[in-house]
Amino acid sequence: MNPEVATGLATTGEQVAFWILGPLALLGAVGMIFVKNAVHSALWLVMTMLSLGCMYLTQGAQFLGFVQIIVYTGAIMMLFLFVLMLTGRESGDSVIESLRGQRVAALLVGLGFVGLLVSGLVHAVTGIEPVGLAAATAERGEMGSIANSLFTTFLFPFELTSALLITAAVGAMVLAHVEKRPGEKRSQLKMVNARMRSGRMSPLPGPGVFATSSSNATPALLPDGSVAPESVSSLVDQHESQDVARRHREGNDLSVLETIEHPHRAELEGRDRS
Amino acid sequence: MTETAEMAVPATGMAGAAMWLVLLPLIGTAIMLIGGRRLDRTGHLVGLLMVVAAFVLGLLMFLSHPASGEGTSIMDSNLFSWMPVEQLQVEFGLRIDPLSLTFVLLITGVGALIHIYSIGYMHHDPDRRKFFAYLNLFVASMLLLVLGNSFVTLYAGWEGVGLASYLLIGFWSDRPSAATAAKKAFIMNRVGDVGLALAIFLMFKEMGTTSFDGVFSQIGAVAEQSPGTVTAIALLLLLGACGKSGQVPLQAWLPDAMEGPTPVSALIHAATMVTAGVYLIARCSPIFNLTADGQLVVTIIGAVTLLVGCIAGCAKDDIKKVLAYSTVSQIGYMFLAVGLGAGVYALGILHLLTHGFFKAGLFLGAGSVMHGMNDDVDMRRYGGLWRKMPITFATFTFGYLALIGFPFLSGFYSKDPIIEAAFAAGGTKGWLLGGAALLGAGLTAFYMTRLMYMTFFGKARHEELRSADGREYHPHESPASMTVPMVILALGSIFAGFFLTQGERLAGWLSPSVGEFSEPHPEIVSATAVTVGTLVMIALGVVIAWLFVGRKPVPVQRPSDVSWVIRLARAEVGGDVINETLFATPGIKLTNSLVVAEEKAVDRVMTGFGTGLAALSARLRRTQTGYVRSYALSMLGGSLIVVLALLVVRFA
Amino acid sequence: MNPDYYLILSALLFGIGAVGVLVRRNAIVVFMCVELMLNAVNLSFVTFSRINGNLDGVVMAFFVMVVAAAEVVVGLAIIMSIFRSRRSASIDDANLLKY
Repeated sequence: MNPEVATGLATTGEQVAFWILGPLALLGAVGMIFVKNAVHSALWLVMTMLSLGCMYLTQGAQFLGFVQIIVYTGAIMMLFLFVLMLTGRESGDSVIESLRGQRVAALLVGLGFVGLLVSGLVHAVTGIEPVGLAAATAERGEMGSIANSLFTTFLFPFELTSALLITAAVGAMVLAHVEKRPGEKRSQLKMVNARMRSGRMSPLPGPGVFATSSSNATPALLPDGSVAPESVSSLVDQHESQDVARRHREGNDLSVLETIEHPHRAELEGRDRS
Repeated sequence: MTETAEMAVPATGMAGAAMWLVLLPLIGTAIMLIGGRRLDRTGHLVGLLMVVAAFVLGLLMFLSHPASGEGTSIMDSNLFSWMPVEQLQVEFGLRIDPLSLTFVLLITGVGALIHIYSIGYMHHDPDRRKFFAYLNLFVASMLLLVLGNSFVTLYAGWEGVGLASYLLIGFWSDRPSAATAAKKAFIMNRVGDVGLALAIFLMFKEMGTTSFDGVFSQIGAVAEQSPGTVTAIALLLLLGACGKSGQVPLQAWLPDAMEGPTPVSALIHAATMVTAGVYLIARCSPIFNLTADGQLVVTIIGAVTLLVGCIAGCAKDDIKKVLAYSTVSQIGYMFLAVGLGAGVYALGILHLLTHGFFKAGLFLGAGSVMHGMNDDVDMRRYGGLWRKMPITFATFTFGYLALIGFPFLSGFYSKDPIIEAAFAAGGTKGWLLGGAALLGAGLTAFYMTRLMYMTFFGKARHEELRSADGREYHPHESPASMTVPMVILALGSIFAGFFLTQGERLAGWLSPSVGEFSEPHPEIVSATAVTVGTLVMIALGVVIAWLFVGRKPVPVQRPSDVSWVIRLARAEVGGDVINETLFATPGIKLTNSLVVAEEKAVDRVMTGFGTGLAALSARLRRTQTGYVRSYALSMLGGSLIVVLALLVVRFA
Repeated sequence: MNPDYYLILSALLFGIGAVGVLVRRNAIVVFMCVELMLNAVNLSFVTFSRINGNLDGVVMAFFVMVVAAAEVVVGLAIIMSIFRSRRSASIDDANLLKY
């Protein structure tokens, strides 16, 4: 550990590092927003994260700096790139903004927010003498001090993070799991074929319909079982419908009636056959 | 004048069992109502048993009660803390003193007799069990009313009897007239109850307590500071008493209440509940003694009521309504007595007791007549019944004589001193009150003689008539379970007055509760003159009644071509008309206009508000575009405002 | 040099990330912007830790990383499943939940 950090004030070396890393980080951030291609965005973000990791190092948080570089830039950003490749890297944004005024409003609100944060921070921190981490890490070193803090003061939150991570892993598996193989879906053609083979081509009757015959001479029955004469068209022979009703009362099969003489039956059948 | 603010001592001996007086009939009610149809055969016996047990208990308490003058005759039995709320500490306690014990004996004694009578009277009714359950509920509530040692406990009993009265008047709820009468009684009683409740609120506000002891011991101090408050309390109490006792201007419900079964009329609307107002005023004698104005109003109401009751009673053809108006006027006598102030409270109670006997007897007699006459109540259809119902006739006659104040029967001993006391008020007031009481006595004789004649004498008009349901009349004597109570009550009508006044027995007994009795000495006329005058008035009434009714046959149809006096009497001296024009019609108009206002104004404002909100939300809904980014923008905007607010607060 | 500059840089990065979330439509890029915002906060945590001479800030940044990792896993899985059903990774296409 360099002794200058102990004072809390930045050394010359650190200042130099900041003025190199800071613009790089900003450049990466701005680049990420403006680049159209998502893969390029990810690469710009990697640059920002690497810069930030280096800043952690220069600020004396070596452990966090390396975690930033290894875990964030290494693992998480790779995960991003992986998903990008899966979802098709050509899926860039269209140039036209679909929400009216969104870009202008976002820029204004973002600028206002940054302005407020900066002014507030400057106001708050001005005149405060930074202490530096030297005293806090003097006894055990940086790693040891973090470990000490993590396994004593923050033990319970630390354990909670394990539950969080397991839940996240299970959740990701559930979300990403696919029940059936692609291509298994039944196409319309297959469904039509299946219906043709089933022996019943027509749709099922609607609810409440008690259909025993497909003849349009079959009258509707009133709740007491008697015939409702007005349910049969006056064009149909009344004898036929009464016959249907009688047979229905007696519990006989009605399919016989469908062969009743029709003036043009033979003709029709002949046409069907041909 | 002796102050009655004598403090109560804890109950000892038999008096400690006072709570069983209330509990026994209440248990009876619970058994009969919960037991359901299984108790249809035996339920009435349970009810009777409970009331008889309560009567025996009351008798034991009465016999073991220390005599007056020993300083311990007012006892309190505190049972539990009822409403321990900060300032308002209401103990649930019972007061056992001569006044409450007198009432206990009256309620349970007459109540037991009427229970016996009801067994016969309600024999054919499928709901006899329910009837007895309600009767027991009434007895329990009435006992709570007279035994409670605070105004809140009294009020609980007060409302309880109101409920029981409502249930019993409307007992035959399939008759629209009964249902209407029950509603009328209930609503008019509520008017009075509001007065009582306000009086209790006022007591709590002024004195911070509602117990009899607390109120009566502090009322003197209040009277010195603001006499108006005491008068206000007295008048509000009087309003409550008027509602319950059917006094002018709240008298119209009582005659209608005769739609209930006759034992109910006898027990509740003649002997006990309607006298609760008299009890209330007698109990509150320390309050009324302090306000001459309040007492004057009580006497005026009593005098007016007794005349109104008499006049209306003269023209009624319904036997029960005549008796009901008679009750109204007799309670008017009692109010007159208790309003005359210190020294004569006992006279009101005395008349209350004797009236309890003879009026209950008269009602039971009327019930017996109706029982034999297919439940017909129109006296014009009776006539010549004395031959068919000898026992009823005999008992009824004694009740009649007692009521009109025939010498040496109960009514004579109780009514005559009241008239004397009225004259004793002195000056113009004495002449007016005494004259009213005297005139009332004559009118009482008139309408009761008319009733007797139309019912028991003359031509037997019922022989040529059919009752409304087409049956012939077969008048017959009632069963023993009905006649025995009538005989007992008739004995009471004959001897109770003599017994109670002998050696000022009752007045002496009651003195710890209502103050020392002082014999009224009219100065404007001598007591003997008053007695003679009363007897002359009574004789005059009887003779005039004979001249009007006895000389010529009674028409079966009510004559319509009559003088304005009779028309006024038939209209109940305007009782219902005044109610209709002053309250009911404006009330209905107000309701209708409020309905219109509600529909036109309130509803429209409400629907307009709703429509406006719906239109607004239909527009606001458009901001829910479903685009995450617009939501995120508004979130960031919100965060901006929050940060701004924080910074402004921190660095302003 | 005071460490204020780190804080200003952090605020700038946060603002850029926020604007990116609002402007970009590719769900994965939006996610990357969120990560940028988290990193900006981490930078301020580390700087505060240094100013106060207390390691709590560093530990907090560590926790932020863990939570971010979990979030990324679940978030990317959601994007994957949306993409599978709609053949699109644009967050504007997932707008069924509206008025």
